Amino acid sequence: MSISLITFYLFSAILLLSSLMVISTKNPVHSVLFLILAFLNAAGIFVILHAEFLAMILIIVYVGAVAVLFLFVVMMLDFKTSLEKDNILKYMPIGLLIGLVFIAELVIVLINTRLDLSNIQILSNPLDNFSDQSNTEAIGSILYTNYVLYFQLSGVILLVAMVGSIVLTLRDREGVKRQIVSEQVDRKGKIELVDVKSGEGIDI
Amino acid sequence: MIELNQFLILSALLFSIGVIGIFLNRKNVIIILMSIEIILLAVNINLVSFSYFLNDLTGQIFSLFVLTVAAAEAAIGLAILVIYNRNAGSIEIEKINTLKG
Repeated sequence: MSISLITFYLFSAILLLSSLMVISTKNPVHSVLFLILAFLNAAGIFVILHAEFLAMILIIVYVGAVAVLFLFVVMMLDFKTSLEKDNILKYMPIGLLIGLVFIAELVIVLINTRLDLSNIQILSNPLDNFSDQSNTEAIGSILYTNYVLYFQLSGVILLVAMVGSIVLTLRDREGVKRQIVSEQVDRKGKIELVDVKSGEGIDI
Repeated sequence: MIELNQFLILSALLFSIGVIGIFLNRKNVIIILMSIEIILLAVNINLVSFSYFLNDLTGQIFSLFVLTVAAAEAAIGLAILVIYNRNAGSIEIEKINTLKG
């Protein structure tokens, strides 16, 4: 057994176990933490597959941003977790049946077939061209040339997501003082303009 | 040497765990969002393993875009979750039945 096979089995075992724990723990905080563990192990699997850039992106984006966002929401909101346990059993048989059928079908198909990739000739960006570069450099050299339109479109998607989540969660609360500039500099009704005759003055 | 099928089986198992998580969980919408993240992770493993075994970088590029969309989806989903919790006072799936579906 080679060392890469051992690391593959280690990473995939921890990945599967921690993702099972994500869907089975009662406490949402624990399941977010197991989700972080699963992402870290998936990053290890990406490193085995020589996709170092994606592995680091997975750690930065998922563990650093998405999982922490989940953790924020779970911890900030006070979810009233009810303690009824009967309705879990109600959906257990059908859920497990569908899941096991799904697993059995996929795994039986994948065990019994050998995918022959050697006669696939349509390679749009073969890795051999980039053999003298690092993975990050190779991704950058085609992401910013061949796929620049998709890259910018994903930027637009992120912008829409940002604006959307701000619009959704923004609210006006009663009794909170805030600055309204147009009211602050408005002269109508706020000040009185008086013509003062010369030498007379006015009463205040 | 690790074969392609082992990665595909790992990805299939992970995908099925995500699907089972969506089916079994009737309490918490946030667990369902995490199950969707697990499913997208399985898809990413599939894409990257095909990219490696075909010697083609396009799979990794596509995986990058899947990651972007997953991050956007998580942000929007959590925002909807927060305002739903504020309006309805609870995010239990059994109680989300305003549309009588």
